[in-house]
Order: sequence, then C-alpha cells, then structure tokens
Amino acid sequence: MTLAQSRVGDVVAIEAVEGDRSFRRRLLELGLVPGTQITFLGVAPLGDPLQLTVRGCKLSIRRSEALQIRVRLTEELRAPASLVPGATVSA
Amino acid sequence: MVGNPNVGKTSLFNRLTGQHARVGNYPGITVERRVGTLKLPTLGAPSELVDVPGCYSLSSRSPEEQIALKSVLGFDGFPIPDLVVCVVDAGQLTRNLYLALQVAEFRVPLLIVINMIDEVRDNSIDAAQVGEVFGVPCVPVSARTGFGFDALRTAISQALKSPPWPKLQPRYPDALMRTIDQVADAFPPGWRRNVEHDRALALWALTSIEDDDELEGIPPEARERVLGVHRETSGTAMDEAVITARYALLDDLEPRFFGKVPDAHERLSATKRIDQVLLHPVFGFAIFIVLMLLMFQSLFAWSDPAISLIESAFGALAGLVTEFLPANSFRDLLTEGVIGGVGNVVVFLPQILLLFLFIGVLEDSGYMARVAYLMDRIMRVLGLHGRAFVPMLSGFACAVPAILATRTMERQRDRLLTMLVVPLMTCSARLPVYTLIIAALFPPTNIFGALPVQGLLMVGMYVFSMLVSLIAAWVLGRTVVKGKSIPLILELPPYRLPRISTTLSMMWQRAASFLREAGSVILVCTIVLWALLSFPKPSEATPTRAADSVQQVVDRHAAATAIEQSYGGQLGKLLEPAIAPLGFDWKIGVGIIGAFAAREVFVSTMGLVYGIGDVGDDDTPLREKIKRETRSDGSPVYSPLTGLSLMIFFALACQCISTLSVVRRETRSWRWPMFLFGYMTLLAYAASFVVYQGGRLLGF
Repeated sequence: MTLAQSRVGDVVAIEAVEGDRSFRRRLLELGLVPGTQITFLGVAPLGDPLQLTVRGCKLSIRRSEALQIRVRLTEELRAPASLVPGATVSA
Repeated sequence: MVGNPNVGKTSLFNRLTGQHARVGNYPGITVERRVGTLKLPTLGAPSELVDVPGCYSLSSRSPEEQIALKSVLGFDGFPIPDLVVCVVDAGQLTRNLYLALQVAEFRVPLLIVINMIDEVRDNSIDAAQVGEVFGVPCVPVSARTGFGFDALRTAISQALKSPPWPKLQPRYPDALMRTIDQVADAFPPGWRRNVEHDRALALWALTSIEDDDELEGIPPEARERVLGVHRETSGTAMDEAVITARYALLDDLEPRFFGKVPDAHERLSATKRIDQVLLHPVFGFAIFIVLMLLMFQSLFAWSDPAISLIESAFGALAGLVTEFLPANSFRDLLTEGVIGGVGNVVVFLPQILLLFLFIGVLEDSGYMARVAYLMDRIMRVLGLHGRAFVPMLSGFACAVPAILATRTMERQRDRLLTMLVVPLMTCSARLPVYTLIIAALFPPTNIFGALPVQGLLMVGMYVFSMLVSLIAAWVLGRTVVKGKSIPLILELPPYRLPRISTTLSMMWQRAASFLREAGSVILVCTIVLWALLSFPKPSEATPTRAADSVQQVVDRHAAATAIEQSYGGQLGKLLEPAIAPLGFDWKIGVGIIGAFAAREVFVSTMGLVYGIGDVGDDDTPLREKIKRETRSDGSPVYSPLTGLSLMIFFALACQCISTLSVVRRETRSWRWPMFLFGYMTLLAYAASFVVYQGGRLLGF
C-alpha cells in the first residue's frame, strides 16, 4: 500500500519511493531509505498535508507525495518504539 | 559552518562571533550570507567564520543549493576553507551525520559539533566515539546554555593549526566504483585534487546533474559523461544506490554513538503533546487564526506610535533647518529632499523591526513550519507554497517588510512569485487615499437600511485587492514565473524557546542591511521627485503686504501655481489625455506622480495642488475642495465614479519606490522590479478604465 493509505498511528516500513528524481532524492537523503520505519501521525485541517515521524524527526508531506511512497504495515504495530532511533527494520 | 536547517547554527554562530557578524548576500543569489570573525585561543590573528545556509545534503539542482558545495570545496570564487565545521542535532544524529559523511568523503578538514546536547537526556551520546569513527574531533555543546563552548573554541583553534582529515568512507558496489572513476576522469585538471576528493566530486555529479538542472559552472565534459552514464543506469537508480550505501554505513555505526540506549520518543513527546493542540484540525486552526490576527494587529498598533514619533522628529528637524537657513532652493533641497527622503526610509523601520521580530520568534520556536503546514493546502491552490502565507499576510501592513520576509522561502521561484503578488495587497499606505476619497465623494448614508456605504466601500477595497492578488498569483504562476514547484517535504522541528539575543540580533542585522541598500535608492528618488515638483520656479511676484489671513491665501495660491508650472505639473498636464479616460485630470496626475515617493504623499500633494497648504491630519478642507471642484462647463470634476476609479487605480498600481527598490535588491536585477511596475500599472489602468467607462455607460 502507499503511505497515503495508512491510518493515524500506523507504523510502516518503506518499501520503495517513486515519483520524480529530485523528490525521491530528497526523501532518500532525509533518511527515508527502504526499510526505514515511518509513524503516521495525522493530517492538516483540510486533509492535506500529512504529518509523520521518521528517524526522530517530524516531517510533513503532501498527500500527492505520500501516494508515491510504497510501504508495508510492520508487525510492531503499537509496540514500544524502537530503542535505537532510526534503526532499520530487518527485511 | 554547515549543517541541516533547524540545528541551531545561528545561535552557535552568534555565540562564537558575538557582535562581529554581518548579514549580506551571495553574489547573484538571493540567499543570506552571514560572516563573522572570532578570536580563538592560541591563535594570533582572528579567524573568519562563514555560516553556510542550512542544507540536508551537498547534492544540488540549483545555484542556491550549490552554495554549500562551493563553500566547502572552495570553487568558483569561494575561498578554500581551512576547516569545515559540521553542526549536527543531538536528537537526530544519524540523519544529520549524512551531511557530515558527504563532507568527510571529500577529505576536507572537518570538525563535528553536536549541538542541543542538553535536549538529549542522560548524556546518551558518546561524542568521542562519533569523533573516532569519523577520524576528526567531535565536540558536544549547547548553544542555548553555553555548555561546551570553551572546549569548542579550543578544538577549533587546534584544528586550524593541525587540520583533521576524516577517514570515514562508505563502501560502494564495485560497478558503481568503476562508474565513479569514469566520471572523475571527465573533470578537467583544475577541479581535481586527490583520489578521494575526485571520487566524491564524481559522486556529487552523478547525484546532482540532470538534463534540466539549473546548476552553474559544470565543466561540459563532466556533464556529458554523467548524462551518458544516466542513459545506462538512470539517475534515480544511481541516487538510490549511493544514498542507501551511505545510510547503511551510518545505521551500522549507530549503536557505537550511543553510550546508553536512549528513548527515541523522549524529546519529541513534549512537542507531540503541543502539536496535538496546535495542529488539531479545529482548535489548532482556530488558535492559528487568532495568533495571526494578534500578530497583524500588533504590527499596526505598536508601529503606529513609533511611526508618528519618527514623522514628528523629522518634521521638527525640517522645521529647525527652515528656521536657520535663508529661504532658497538649497534649504528646500535639505528639508524636502534630503530630510524628507531619509525620513521616508526611517519611517519603515518600526514595521520592519517588528515584523522581523515576529518572524524570528516564529522561526526559532518552530511554529513557522506549522504555519506553512496549516496553510499549504490553501496556498497551493494559488500555486504558492505554504511558507508564502506570512509574507502575504504582512503585505496588509506594508509590502516592504513582507518582501523581505520572503527569504524564509527556499525556492527562488516561489519567492519571486510571492514578491510579485504581495504589492497587490491593500497596504496601510493606501488607507489615507481611500479615506480621503470615500469621505469626499461618497455619502455617509446606509444602503439596505443598515449597512454604511462608506464602511462597505472600505471593506470592498480590501476584498477586491485580495481577489486580484489571488488571480494574479494563479496567472503569474502559470506564465511568467513558471517552474516546477518543489514538493513540500517540510520539517516540523521540535518546539524550542527562542533565545532572545539571537532573535534580536538577527532582527537588527536584517534591518540594517535594508537601510543600507534600499535606503539609498529611496532617498535618491525622493530628491528627484521633490525637484520635479519644485522646478522651474515661477517668477517672483511683487511682494505686496496684505493682512495675514489674506497673505496666507495668497501664499497658498502661489504655491499651487508653482506646482502647476513645475516639471511635475507639466508632466501631469502631459499625462492628462492618457488618464482622462479613467476620469482623472492633470491635478490628479500630479498627485499620482507625487505618490511614487510614498502613497500617502498623494494626499499632501493634492493639498498643495489645491492650494490648501499643509493637509496634516485634518483633511476636511481638502475634501470640501475636491467635492466642489468644477470644470469649465460647470460639471463637477469629481464624482463618486471618479472616486471609485481612482481608488481602484491606487489599489492596483505599483506606486511605491520603496517596494520597487526592495524587489530590485532581493532579486538582484532590474528586470523584475520593472516587470512588477509594468504589469501592475497595466492592470491598474485597465481596471480603472473598465470601471470608469463602464460606469459612464451605465449612466453614473
């Protein structure tokens, strides 16, 4: 599924980032490499943009951008947060 | 000094350089450049510290993004640094170290500073380990509390004496390494230094160059080689291979950086709780609206007394000069040209200072990013970025600080579009014009029984200007200022209490640079306008003494004739046929010319033209005169329709040298201020024409 389809509170792991080159590069450089965990926090009042936490940092991206991030729901839904910030989820 | 945005580089920079810093610009680019000097222990001469704009990576797509690379490597006129200080945020260590890793790959002398160490409890970061992994010194500090600065200064001076060469290199797949070497070979000798540096440069080129990038100064052979490589392995695949290799390295090393296992959510928890309120769909939005109204209201309320103070001070100064100098052109040059001109500049200071103070607090506390987040959806409809909101809102006070405020926006294209649209917002200088016209030409009655015509008209002007600016943003964004709008990807930093000294010093530095640069242009233009309205002087009338009251009238009449005969007056007469279709006559033409210095000057110029004398706060005599003014055939010169046409003209015309001068400064070219002036004047003329002629057709 894509990040745009997650629900508030979901913890997901990145599978792939699509879209145009500079968009993908920017996300990758921010640490959204495949395997990294994202927590979906919520949306802005008008439904757009979205808020998420990644590697100890709060980011906000537009819904159209979230549609280009493929993720999978991780097993550790609502489990305690990973102990070391930004640790990758083993595939 | 490099580092991600929001890591507290500015505070750190201020602590190190104290008062010895200056805000300027990089040549050809509208990005702030901060340079300061610091005296370090055991080093004789002072050192110069340059604050490079915050960035997440050295890879670039535009000249602005290239600044970090050029600063770190010393290309293209930038001096080669003796030391690169990379500032990282203790709470986001791994992500921040991505930039440090890129710098390390270039084998330039590096020193790592872990800032905000006070925000990570239990001292779980092992700075010594970070340093050891990279092979360079690593100092933990807190720019907020001052912790670690002695150690930092010592470390910097030692590093300057004995450069620390980083030793950390990611491992890239063999195929990639071969490609890297191929690209490295394509760079001309002047670009090459040593093996690691050349490879890092090749990596940079592979992850930056594209068919449609805006990069400057890339050697053609290198560009060709990279584009050739991209035809076999796409740029995207290249980016992914390189970046994942770097993060794989950093993630592997991560456990060594943390002495104790930290709780990832500890620092964010306070921020999260605050955001649950401030970013709440309903409450958050409501709070936001209230905050914006408050900010805007204070901008007016607090700056008004200061502005009046400044105006009276300059008025008093002019009065002094008038008393002590003989009445001649030189005295007038001093009072109305120089003193008036300087006054016109200084009068902006209260609003600029206040606005920069507010913006500084918003930025440093972290709330500014939330504003952009909340408003992005709405701004996007107009082709603008969420960050455009605060500058647009400030445009209701005055376009000058609003344009300066666009510096908070990252991308040139978004900044430019905002700058071109902000002057359409109803600024406070237009209010005296609206007030005069509405009071003079529209009856103080109610329509539909309850709604006052005059009040409605005023509100109507605000709404009208907002609508036009939205449409203008929409149109300009698709035509003149086209360009890929960048994705949002906004970082919402943790909430922090701003350091007052940092915020205040930024405020002063920015205001000072405005005074220096825009100020000189405004002064010159005021003098020119004064000259236009004062020369040529009419021949001296024979001085016949009459009773004082009569003498006053005679003097004022003389002044009015003087204006009529001046160059300005002649220009007004020349303009008359052009502005007649809008319902204006030459006197209004003179008023419009005078209004270029500052829109409020329209009122005082009209006062002079009509022989009213000093209009000041009470414009009743002027209103009466305007109402009763008739043409040769007895019909009134001014009708409500003329008044409406005039207000619409003022709403849309760019009659503000200060605005044009600030736009010129911010865009570093004459092209955009001229375009701004041109399109707004055309718009104003067209709208005015439609209103006036349409009104006549409808029988008004």
